[in-house]
Amino acid sequence: MTRKKDGKLANFLKGIVVENPLFVSVLGTCPALATTTSIEGAIGMGILFSIVLICSNILISLLRKLISEEITTPAYIVVIATFVTIVKMMTNAFLPELYNTLGVFISLIVVNCIVLGRAEAYASKHGVLDSLLDACGMGIGYTLALLSIAFVREILGAGMISFGNIFTFIPRFDIPILKYVENDVVIYDYSINMFIQPTGAFIVFGTILAIIAAISNYKNNKAKVKEKLAKAKLKEAQ
Amino acid sequence: MDVFIAFVLAIVSGMLIDNVVLSRFYGICPFLGVSKKLNSAVGMGLAVVFVIVLSAVICWPIYTYILVPAGVPFLDTITYILVIACLVQLVGLFIKKYSPSLYKSLGVYLPLITTNCAVLGVVQSNSDQQLDFLMSLANAIGTSVGFMLIIIVFSAIRLRFESNNSPKAFKGLPVALMTAALMAIAFMGLKGMI
Repeated sequence: MTRKKDGKLANFLKGIVVENPLFVSVLGTCPALATTTSIEGAIGMGILFSIVLICSNILISLLRKLISEEITTPAYIVVIATFVTIVKMMTNAFLPELYNTLGVFISLIVVNCIVLGRAEAYASKHGVLDSLLDACGMGIGYTLALLSIAFVREILGAGMISFGNIFTFIPRFDIPILKYVENDVVIYDYSINMFIQPTGAFIVFGTILAIIAAISNYKNNKAKVKEKLAKAKLKEAQ
Repeated sequence: MDVFIAFVLAIVSGMLIDNVVLSRFYGICPFLGVSKKLNSAVGMGLAVVFVIVLSAVICWPIYTYILVPAGVPFLDTITYILVIACLVQLVGLFIKKYSPSLYKSLGVYLPLITTNCAVLGVVQSNSDQQLDFLMSLANAIGTSVGFMLIIIVFSAIRLRFESNNSPKAFKGLPVALMTAALMAIAFMGLKGMI
C-alpha cells in the first residue's frame, strides 16, 4: 500500500501509515488524550484539525515566496490562528454541542505541533497541490489515529458506542457492547469506567504505541534473519 | 478574607485536583519530551511557571480593556498566541542579559514554551470562563506550579524505570505513558479534597 507507485499517491498515503503524525511522530498528543472519550468527539476533532491543516498548508504554500525567512514562524502562527478562529466560530454557530465538548481544545489547534510542523517542513518548500495532498494525508491519518483511541476507550469505558449526542443532525442511537440498557433498566454492565477518565487515555495510548513498536520490532527481526540467511547462502555458494 | 480563601483554593485546585497534565491534558509534549533528565525538567518547569503567570497577567487586561470594548473578542486566540510568542522572546532576552547561567540551563527550552499548550490553554480558558483578574492569576499560578510539580516528579520516576528491564516493545514512550496513567490514578484520589 505504501510502496512508491506514484509520487502523488505516495505523498498522500505517507501521512496515513508510514509517517502517521500521532503514532509514528508522536505529535499532537494533547487533543489525542483529551478529546477521545467518545468516537463522535474524536471525529469532530479530527475534522476540525484537518480543515485547519489543509487551509493553512494551502495558504502557506501560496505565500511561500512572499514570506521572508526571518519571520517564518510568527507568520505561520498568524495564518494558523486565523483559520482556527474561523473554524471555532463556524463550529460555535453550526454545531454548538461539538463546540461545548471540545471546549478550549479547538483554540489549542493553534499550538498543535503537527500544523506548524507541516507548514515549516512541507508547505514552505512545495507547491500547492503537493501541500494539499500532504495535508489531506496527515489529516486523515490523525483522524484515524484519534478514532482508534476513542474506539477502544468508548467500548471499554462507556460499554456502548452512542451516536447523535454531538452530531445532532443524525438520529440518536446506541450500539450496546459491554453494557445493555433497555427502557432505562440496566440488563448487564461490564464496562470499566476508568477508561473514559484520564487514566484510560494514557493506558490506551501507551498500549497502542507498544503494539506498534512490537510490530516494527518483529519486522526488523524478520528482515535481519532474511539478511543473515542471504549472507549464509552467499558463503555457501562461494 | 473570603477573596483570599478563594484565591488559595483556586491555586490548590489548579495545582493538585485538576492537575494540568494528568487531568486536563495540557502540555503533554514537553511532559514526555523534556522529562528525561531531572535538571532539564526543573528548568522547563521554572520557565513555564514564569511564562504562564506573566502571559496571564498581560493577556487579561488586553482582553478586558482592548478586545471587548473594541467589539472583537473573537480575535482572542490570535492576540494571545502573539503575546505569548513575543513574551517568550522577551523573557529569553531578559534572562540572557541578567542571568547568563540561568539562560544556559533554560536556553533550549525557552522557544519550546510557545508551542506548549498549557500556556495558551490557561489564558484561553481564563477568558472563556470570564474569570476576574485575581482568579485568572490564581488559575495561572496553580496550573503552572502543578505542571512544574508533575514534570519534576515524573522525571525522577523516569530516571528509575529507564534503567529497568521493561519488555522490548514497551521501552521508551509506552512505559512512560503507563507511568503517567498510574500517576493519574494517584491524583484522582485527591478529587474529594475541596
